[in-house]
Amino acid sequence: MPPAGLTAIAVRQFRRSWVGLTGAALVGLFLLVTALAPVLAPYDPIATDFASVLAPPSPAHPFGTDDIGRDILSRVIHGSRVSLQAGLFTVAVALAVGLPLGLAAGFFGGRVDDLIMRGIEVILAFPTLVLALGITAVLGPKLIHALFAIGIVFVPHFARLIRGQVLSVKENDFVAAARALGASDLRVIRLHVLPNCLAPILVQSSFSIAFAILTEAALSFLGLGTQPPTPSWGIMLASGRGYLEQAPWLGAFPGLAIFLTVLGFNLLGDGIRDALDPRLKV
Amino acid sequence: MIQFIGRRLLATVPLLVLVSVVVFSFVHVLPGDPAVLFLGEEADPQTLARLRARLGFDRPLVTQYAEWLGRALQGDLGRSLRTNQPVTEAILQRLPVTLQLLAFAMTISLLIAIPLGIVSAVRRNSGVDLASTAFALVGFSLPNFWLGLILIYVFALLLRWLPPTGFVPPGVDVGESVRSLVLPSITLGTALAALVTRQLRSGMLEVLRQDYVRTAQAKGLSQRIVVGKHALKNALIAVVTVIGLQVGGLLGNTIITESLFALPGVGRLMIDAVFARDFFIVQGVILFLTVGYVVSNLIVDVLYSVLDPRIRLR
Repeated sequence: MPPAGLTAIAVRQFRRSWVGLTGAALVGLFLLVTALAPVLAPYDPIATDFASVLAPPSPAHPFGTDDIGRDILSRVIHGSRVSLQAGLFTVAVALAVGLPLGLAAGFFGGRVDDLIMRGIEVILAFPTLVLALGITAVLGPKLIHALFAIGIVFVPHFARLIRGQVLSVKENDFVAAARALGASDLRVIRLHVLPNCLAPILVQSSFSIAFAILTEAALSFLGLGTQPPTPSWGIMLASGRGYLEQAPWLGAFPGLAIFLTVLGFNLLGDGIRDALDPRLKV
Repeated sequence: MIQFIGRRLLATVPLLVLVSVVVFSFVHVLPGDPAVLFLGEEADPQTLARLRARLGFDRPLVTQYAEWLGRALQGDLGRSLRTNQPVTEAILQRLPVTLQLLAFAMTISLLIAIPLGIVSAVRRNSGVDLASTAFALVGFSLPNFWLGLILIYVFALLLRWLPPTGFVPPGVDVGESVRSLVLPSITLGTALAALVTRQLRSGMLEVLRQDYVRTAQAKGLSQRIVVGKHALKNALIAVVTVIGLQVGGLLGNTIITESLFALPGVGRLMIDAVFARDFFIVQGVILFLTVGYVVSNLIVDVLYSVLDPRIRLR
């Protein structure tokens, strides 16, 4: 960790930025909804009610009902869980692969670095969504495949970021000192290099979660991600498409939910980044 | 200059070879037998064996790859499993629609972003600046499939100004063709417009602080010339980078946009092929789009070196 002084400065900076605070509030709301979904949702998200099909928003159904009478509010609330899952799982995949690669490339340099960076360049050569779609197509349309695909697509971003961070950290005197004291590679990485990579990883994770939520929704919207009847915001939007004129609320609320959540993680990432390095502030 | 382009071209060759290996392995190495995927789990072993033999899947992978690459280099990407149409022909048929969509989307986003970015930097903290910052933050987080639905709802269903979906080729009716692409282009271009606005604003703010700008102002040049000639040129370098980085995103998002607006482009071809399990089309489109992306990165690099000659020396 950076010395307490720097952390305190970063926290103070963050508290002053409306961008970061708005992001934190939106993300907080999202996490709260995800955690309390069963308590908050007024109805069962997959229970159909053919007596009230395509009902407009009303006190009984604040967001209205869909084409088979399911309560949209409850589905939006439960859909947040798929989105959170998407965000966390993909970042976990990206970190699990990207962190060791980036550490190895930056720390060992030379051939190891060349080899890893070439591989990463190849993944980066593909347009992101095209690659994710291709992987999902071959593995089959399932949520887990889609998430895995998005995670793989993120690997280069994490690996490059961590490599750059390692390259700058390893020049510091404290690393030389640790080495002089006989610390092994692994110990230097674990105790000195890794903690100094945490802040940029946090920023990148926030942006990546935003992108993962967007991509999961896009793939589900196309019919290649989450499969019905699981409530996913992307699927709800897709089904709203057919009732755009008759019942616009079908797509309006899940769309708004995706937008606010993605906005929240993007703003949070911006806020943390600005707090850590005020020079980058836009 | 020529040396720089030559060097970049040479560096692209090994990258493209590796890309081809990845694309090839999409159908051949990843878990799942393409014959099973295409015919379904319940297909009988004889039929499966026949399909495998017909497609050459029974031979060693290295041989298959060499043959596939050899044919691909001559523009032969195989045939569709469903329609037997050559994959290259299918792509080229739909390419004009996608190119038109991309060109429209880029034009619209630059028409919005460049003036907005300049004004918000020059009039920092004004109302325009605030609005453009909000636009930049919102535009980037707006899911384009949702934006598309909103646009269809407002401009096609409520106001009835534009067609909701579908495409009219320019050969049939130029006016209708443009009208059919307005909503898809806005859908596709908004995120880019947001990013460029933001980048241009911060680039301009950075440049406006430089000494040479102050010198130009001290010489008594008008604000218009200082901003338009001295500052903008340098701020645009960062914009070119952003656009270059975003081409990949745009290409991916054409798939969603074309699917949403029922445009018969390359992205739609890919989605349809994914659902029909037509793997040679999927493979062909991935290869085609990726090569297009790599080439566009090359062009951006060259453009970049024209704008900033220092880059060539590195």
